[in-house]
Amino acid sequence: MVGRLAVSKTYKLYIDGAFPRSESGRTFAFTSDDGSVKVYLSRASRKDLRMAVRAARAALAGWKGRSGYNRGQVLYRIAEMVEDRAATFTAQLELGGRPTGEARKEVEETIDLLIWYAGWCDKYMQVIGNMNPVAGSFFNISVPEPVGVVGVSAPSAPVLRGLVAGLAPVISSGNTAVVVASPAQPMVAITLAEALATADVPAGAVNILTGCPEELAPWLAGHMDVNGVDLSGVHPDALSDLEEAASHNLKRTGRWENSDANLYRISAFTEIKTVWHPKGR
Amino acid sequence: MGNNDALAPRSETGVPLWEYQESRENPDLAAIRDRSGLWINGEETEPLTGKWFLTIDPATEGHLSMVAEAGPADVERAVGAARDAAAGWAAMPATERAKSLFRIARLIQERSRELAVLDTLDGGKPIREARDMDLPLVAAHFFYHAGWADKLEYAFLGTEPRPMGVVGQVIPWNFPLLMAAWKVAPALATGNTVVLKPAETTPLSALRLAEIAAEAGLPPGVLNVIPGAGATGAELVGHGGVDKVAFTGSTQVGKEIRRRLAGSGKALTLELGGKGAHVVFEDAPLDQAVEGVVNGIFFNQGQVCCAGSRLLVQESVASEFVDRLRRRLSTLRVGDPLDKNTDIGAINSAAQLQRITELVESGQEEGALIYQPPCELPERGFWFPPTLFTDVSQSHRIAREEIFGPVLSILTFRTPAEAVERANNTPYGLASGVWTSKGSRILWMADRLAAGVVWANTYNKFDPASPFGGVKESGFGREGGRHGLAAYLRGVG
Repeated sequence: MVGRLAVSKTYKLYIDGAFPRSESGRTFAFTSDDGSVKVYLSRASRKDLRMAVRAARAALAGWKGRSGYNRGQVLYRIAEMVEDRAATFTAQLELGGRPTGEARKEVEETIDLLIWYAGWCDKYMQVIGNMNPVAGSFFNISVPEPVGVVGVSAPSAPVLRGLVAGLAPVISSGNTAVVVASPAQPMVAITLAEALATADVPAGAVNILTGCPEELAPWLAGHMDVNGVDLSGVHPDALSDLEEAASHNLKRTGRWENSDANLYRISAFTEIKTVWHPKGR
Repeated sequence: MGNNDALAPRSETGVPLWEYQESRENPDLAAIRDRSGLWINGEETEPLTGKWFLTIDPATEGHLSMVAEAGPADVERAVGAARDAAAGWAAMPATERAKSLFRIARLIQERSRELAVLDTLDGGKPIREARDMDLPLVAAHFFYHAGWADKLEYAFLGTEPRPMGVVGQVIPWNFPLLMAAWKVAPALATGNTVVLKPAETTPLSALRLAEIAAEAGLPPGVLNVIPGAGATGAELVGHGGVDKVAFTGSTQVGKEIRRRLAGSGKALTLELGGKGAHVVFEDAPLDQAVEGVVNGIFFNQGQVCCAGSRLLVQESVASEFVDRLRRRLSTLRVGDPLDKNTDIGAINSAAQLQRITELVESGQEEGALIYQPPCELPERGFWFPPTLFTDVSQSHRIAREEIFGPVLSILTFRTPAEAVERANNTPYGLASGVWTSKGSRILWMADRLAAGVVWANTYNKFDPASPFGGVKESGFGREGGRHGLAAYLRGVG
């Protein structure tokens, strides 16, 4: 009797809530450390990146217009969906060479990180913003607002937790995101996209591209409709060119060496808005 | 000087109620010396370049002082002095640092008349504004930040704030001493040492501030002031011994600095240009709105980055509002900045006057309608009359580019959504104004305007406790308030 042939998955991009192949038709292969598994993924092009930015821009008003409470619920739902796929994520991290215990731990830490940021969605403005005691008869308040569309270059290690450590703070404040995944283990990025797609994240609020970061990052950093970039994943040698590309529209840039929970990764992609109004009878 | 006779308030029958009387402040109070050297390591010093440049009074083109121009070797000296002073200043008990700043604030209050006259002479702003806006705010900035110096661990939850080290600061000419205070007070309060480059046309008050700081007991090297032009600024921001750069000026130069610093690891904050929209709804208190709009664009001759240079007025009240605006314009007194009655002083420089003139000509060429009240401008000096443009379309240069002069472009809108779309249709995002009697609409607009500051039923209000700064291409980082401290601290972001 012939054994059943397993149906293996095609890993595609995640743009505007859908899973298209790269418009370029290009793919790249991921081979597990032991050589037993070979998977093809989409290699995103500059045009895919533009489509992702367009989707993120279109989704911005809706996502930032939601209440912090509602965004917190969506981030919590993402955590639920990742937990649900914990075995898949663990197996994929193992394929990338992570020992079993560490892989499982990284998945758990990722879920906990999502929960941590879920809780900030309706609180960070209370901690980052404040009333200002001006010397005059004015109501004066400063509140953080999301900067807009933020590009996230995800680091190669830890590959899953690092991606979420970049993405979660960006979207918790109401930004929308275009993520360039690390090719170190790109399947986890698309499995995460599947979790996002089933977690009530609105189409376009998060877009994830796989492929070659060295090819995509300069277009992301230079795109005039992107307002900020998290460059945590880029090679230090590339930083100078990417920050220069980001100068054309004065993008907010940030780079973090670790994947720890950090309130100030939220505020890095917010802007303080100060509103004045006279007081009077 | 100016349109004096035309301006006297009149009775209903047109008889002047009283005669205009000049009230001129004494220019000698500024105590300007013939030569003004660099200020490095707690003393005035000759420039190694051997170069000196002239700073003039833009209202008369009269010579004020020869000012030392800092070259690369001088920047090296100044940064070296700041480096040498950094460890000691940061390690000083924070309360002692606070006391230094409190003392500077007090000395500024005591010498505020001298400093107001100095900025008026060197920059051309009306003495009334220098006296009533600039100087009180300068003192307040030092007073406010002094109190933070020994409380920084309470400013940002869960952090251990540390100074950046040596801060290089480059400031513009529109509020010479106030911009120095905005930069220097928070930098010193957070334990940094400073090298400050004032603007080429207005270097005198920053140098005077350094003297005052030394008088207040600030240790040598903690505050260094090195006048010069763009090349000096570029040398300073690019210097390897500078840990953090803070710049206020044009978006173009801000972008150049951002490029220059790419990959350097230096911290950077930028406070750049703007094209502020002033939105007036039909239910606004119109007389108050007229005052607000006039203040928004003619304050400091419109040479303000957050100037409300675009008026968006709801169509139903547009013609009435523009009529009232014209009437109000005819009562503005243009002329001698030292006269306490003057509303609109001199343009800061011939170059700036040239830029304003060129943009105003483009407005006429592109088909907008110009209105300038009759007024007589002095023969010498740099002057531009208050100017309104109607029939302006979004594509006109005068609706898109920062003019940095007393020129208001008037556009109209029908619905709140259209007002938001038009207000945000610019790469800038520094400040916006909203005038309406409806509270819910104010908050709705405030949420949607892409601007770092929203003034509702007021405009051009500043306070050291209130963060100021832009979004989009108006820059990043805040000055003032708790948020402004973050620009000068490590470990809080």
